[in-house]
Amino acid sequence: MSAYLYYPGCSMEASALAYHESLMAICEPLGLNLDEIEDWNCCGATEYVGVSTTPAYALICRNLALAKEQAKGTDTVVAPCSACYLNLAKANYYMRERPSLGEKVNAALAAGGLHYEPDSLIIRHLLDVIINDIGLDTVKSKVVRPLTGLRVAPYLGCMVPRPDYQKRWSDHEHPNELDRLLRALGAQVIDFPLKTHCCGGHMTQIGPATAFELIRRLIASAQQHQADLMATVCPMCQMNIDAYQAETNRHFRTNYRMPILFFTQLMGLAFGLDPKRLGFGREFVNAQPALSRIGVEVPTNEAEQKPPRIPGRRDKNLPMPRMPGEEEN
Amino acid sequence: MSDVVAQGLDPSNPNLRFLEEVSRRTAGVSRLEMCIQCGTCGGSCPSSADMDHTPRMLFAMIRAGMREEALQSNTPWICVSCYHCVVRCPQDVHIADVMYTLKSMAIHAKLYRDSTPPHFSQTFVDMVEKYGRSYEFGLATRHYLKHFPLRLPGMAPMGLGMLTRKRIELKPRRIRGIQQLHAILERAKEVEENE
Repeated sequence: MSAYLYYPGCSMEASALAYHESLMAICEPLGLNLDEIEDWNCCGATEYVGVSTTPAYALICRNLALAKEQAKGTDTVVAPCSACYLNLAKANYYMRERPSLGEKVNAALAAGGLHYEPDSLIIRHLLDVIINDIGLDTVKSKVVRPLTGLRVAPYLGCMVPRPDYQKRWSDHEHPNELDRLLRALGAQVIDFPLKTHCCGGHMTQIGPATAFELIRRLIASAQQHQADLMATVCPMCQMNIDAYQAETNRHFRTNYRMPILFFTQLMGLAFGLDPKRLGFGREFVNAQPALSRIGVEVPTNEAEQKPPRIPGRRDKNLPMPRMPGEEEN
Repeated sequence: MSDVVAQGLDPSNPNLRFLEEVSRRTAGVSRLEMCIQCGTCGGSCPSSADMDHTPRMLFAMIRAGMREEALQSNTPWICVSCYHCVVRCPQDVHIADVMYTLKSMAIHAKLYRDSTPPHFSQTFVDMVEKYGRSYEFGLATRHYLKHFPLRLPGMAPMGLGMLTRKRIELKPRRIRGIQQLHAILERAKEVEENE
């Protein structure tokens, strides 16, 4: 059993519940022992750092200080969420790069009886641990139901391979880790050019038009490469591409139906685990049609809505050329 | 400094030190002083089309001491923190973190033009300070009612879908050490103000 300190992050308890459920299910076959940091707090996402610096980093570092106190036989903190991973890793890195930040953060932590020495912990993303510690050989040995024939777009998003101050990934823009993992599961991995492009992050909340365009580019590209579904490592990416796909379709009058799942859900399927334990049915864009292609039945949400009606453009005039995914009237 | 005076600028004008101030307030070593105006940042940016100024232009404005114009620019608020520019910058400027600094300075000086993004950040921070965790239901309802009331009818199926899929919780979760967190954040704010 490889033991790690585990920082789940807020999304894992709600919006990315499927990620949490599937991760918990694959821990046992992978021999992964995750020791959750007691009473962890939110990392501040991309919001707190834009309001004030010292409090934002003190908020992040309370988690690191608690983790260090709790650490037994390991110095490694694992985070499944991209934003959490980046915030923890950046705080650790910047406290060393700029000692005055470290002093200010520790002055604040002292008010809560805590202290964090930069670099006393190693911060890693879940995918990094699975690829580099557990290894693809172990992953392959657990596959009993290979995903043969399923065309998957590997989608990492931004904050895992970038800025990557610790040089943990094979490339900043076209890393191959997720591709290799999905291939080990037997999936047919498409060469997805936008694999580390942005999903829009919090722009769905503050500047929807900007976000919808970024979401559209990703889905359109995956569709052009004839992906059955996308696989992601990030709660925010999953949320934007899945839950906002209907609104994006309305915005552009398109009719995309591109499912996006967490890579841990696909691992669970390939390991032959009961799909009920893997969080299926929590996605908005039903993954069942894609999975039917390889003969897999998963739970779906009963309240599956019909594709949204697209207003306007009801004319029956001359047929015009259309982009793939655009609605046929 | 005599050159500056010769150009008719007042050396006591704090805006001449704006670059220094932005750099000092940024977490980590910003390296903003090292910018060579190559424009790789803007060329790499997925959302630059919606920005008032590309990052390169913004950094030139900061260097020129154009404090108000720089803090009023929507550029930092359109930045999606994708770090494409950061890894491509030949001078290793911590561009995304400079954007965060500019946001916090714009909030402090109340110089933003569109209140939607800063209010969203502030509401998120309020929830985290209150509970120690993010509270999406409270955040979404408060934010959408205030800034996107017209988007709400279209959002209803999604909100309902989030509930039926158990992807959003109605009640916030509060950490046990909330008093400890308050003490830490209180002290952090004092440290920040005394800077």
